[in-house]
Amino acid sequence: MAAEVAIDITKTFPGRAPISAALTCRIEQATSLVLFGPSGSGKTTILRSIAGLEWPERGTIRFMSRTWLDIGSRIRVSPQQRRIGYMPQDYALFPTHSVAGNIGYGLGDLSSVDRTKRVDEMVDLFQLRGLEAAKPAELSGGQQQRVALARAVAPRPQLLLLDEPLSALDAPTRLQLRGELRGLLKQLALPSMIVTHDWAEALTIGDVIAVMGDGRVLQVGPPQEVFSRPKNADVAQIVGVETVVQGHVIAQADGLATVSVNGTTLKGLGSDAIGSPVFVCIRAEDVVLEQTGSGMTSARNHLVGKVSEIVPHGVIVHVKIECGFPLVAMVTRGALEDLSLDVGSPVIAAMKAGAVHLVPRS
Amino acid sequence: MNWIAIGVTLKLAILTAVILLVIGVPIAYWVSFSRWRWKFLIESVVALPLVLPPTVLGFYILVAIGPHSPLGQLYADLVGSPLPFTFQGLLFASILYSLPFAVQPFATSFDQVDRKLIEASWTLGVSKLKTFFRLIAPLSTAGLVTGVVLSFAHTLGEFGVVLMVGGNIEGETRTVSIDIYDEVQALNYAGAAKTALFLLAISYVVLLVVYALNRKVWSIWPPK
Repeated sequence: MAAEVAIDITKTFPGRAPISAALTCRIEQATSLVLFGPSGSGKTTILRSIAGLEWPERGTIRFMSRTWLDIGSRIRVSPQQRRIGYMPQDYALFPTHSVAGNIGYGLGDLSSVDRTKRVDEMVDLFQLRGLEAAKPAELSGGQQQRVALARAVAPRPQLLLLDEPLSALDAPTRLQLRGELRGLLKQLALPSMIVTHDWAEALTIGDVIAVMGDGRVLQVGPPQEVFSRPKNADVAQIVGVETVVQGHVIAQADGLATVSVNGTTLKGLGSDAIGSPVFVCIRAEDVVLEQTGSGMTSARNHLVGKVSEIVPHGVIVHVKIECGFPLVAMVTRGALEDLSLDVGSPVIAAMKAGAVHLVPRS
Repeated sequence: MNWIAIGVTLKLAILTAVILLVIGVPIAYWVSFSRWRWKFLIESVVALPLVLPPTVLGFYILVAIGPHSPLGQLYADLVGSPLPFTFQGLLFASILYSLPFAVQPFATSFDQVDRKLIEASWTLGVSKLKTFFRLIAPLSTAGLVTGVVLSFAHTLGEFGVVLMVGGNIEGETRTVSIDIYDEVQALNYAGAAKTALFLLAISYVVLLVVYALNRKVWSIWPPK
């Protein structure tokens, strides 16, 4: 089942700049499209418009062969008729209903036997066995999130919409569920759209990332491309991580992982198992440049490479280095002159293990 | 004690409360959920009986249901008898008079239902009507009970509107409050005192129910 989402809408909230977003994206059966951007960039409004909970004053929303919204032709399909699974940021579990009641809430069209069966399937899939009779208030954050997801998925929607699915969780749980969520989305084989402001989350979950800023869609593409090759300065500033390359873990000791990227080895903080594929993410400001032949530092990584490009941005300069993979470093103009770096100069890029972020990616 | 008057009063109060539950809920739903810019106009009309002297309200109702008005004529044609000074006329007046006492608690409790829950219900394919019965009503029980009980209690004690619209017909429109007034006029203080005490007791019990229901901390029974 190949599907296309085509959105072109304008929505104005009083006292705020209008949100005017256009986005067309092919989504296959299990594609996760991530709407990524800072808060206030309009990503939640887009998601809510797709859910039918927000009515833009202009534009169209199409999903597969159906038109959900066309202001010009006065087509407004209600949220009930869109067959979507929607999970809001704080889950909105029904406090008066049990876990089973929440999951079965949208299954009113089924017979009670089929409903019980479907709820049972969901309870197993989302590991909620034993909690069927509990009320949402008795559950942990992670359990609430699973109930909310189960409730959204139970009626077999054709599109899953998740608004900041992990932001209501505490940090350790969030880290743990990040990978699980991606696995689950693949297992469900449902196209999904996910809103997040967390770049690591976007990288973990997204097959396609749409970067949003100031109410507009700025760039759409695969995660690595969007992060490593931002279309313009706005996108670069929003993503904030200049180097994203694929690698895999080759050694692991006490939370310090050694990663191989195209034959270059790097040390980074992460407890991923040996052999697991990861995105290696490095911010340009965390990279220190040294002239070749200088002494020891506390940094765990010293990569030998050559300067391939120098891009000035006012007082700071982005230096691209080829060291087995393209790496971006950010230095001041003065530092560049002191090191007398030029395109082709040999250089050592140093970074602490803590600056090498490893994002698991299956 | 005038048991006939008590019977008329209870019948009137119960019917008023039940009818207000039926018509008050849709009005309150609209008041709570409508985003219409001029909504306050309707809200003010609903609240009008709170501030209007009962005689003024009673006067307008009397004119509106009288044989010279279209509404009164329509009723007289359909039923065969005019509406003023009948139990039905009194019921109509009571419903209007107690409308804010039902609609306002209903609307307040609907306002307090998290809109995200309602939206979640809609996205699960559940219609607005079913969402009301499955989600909004269960979350608003305290407000619904409060509205019904308050309109019941308010109808029990009404005097001015009854006098204007119902008159004072034994077994038809003579309510407890009118009966007390008559007893006092006839200098039968003992009879008035008994009926008054009865009304005081019922009103107090009713308000006990309302306040107990709206308590945050339930000290008699622990919350389940």
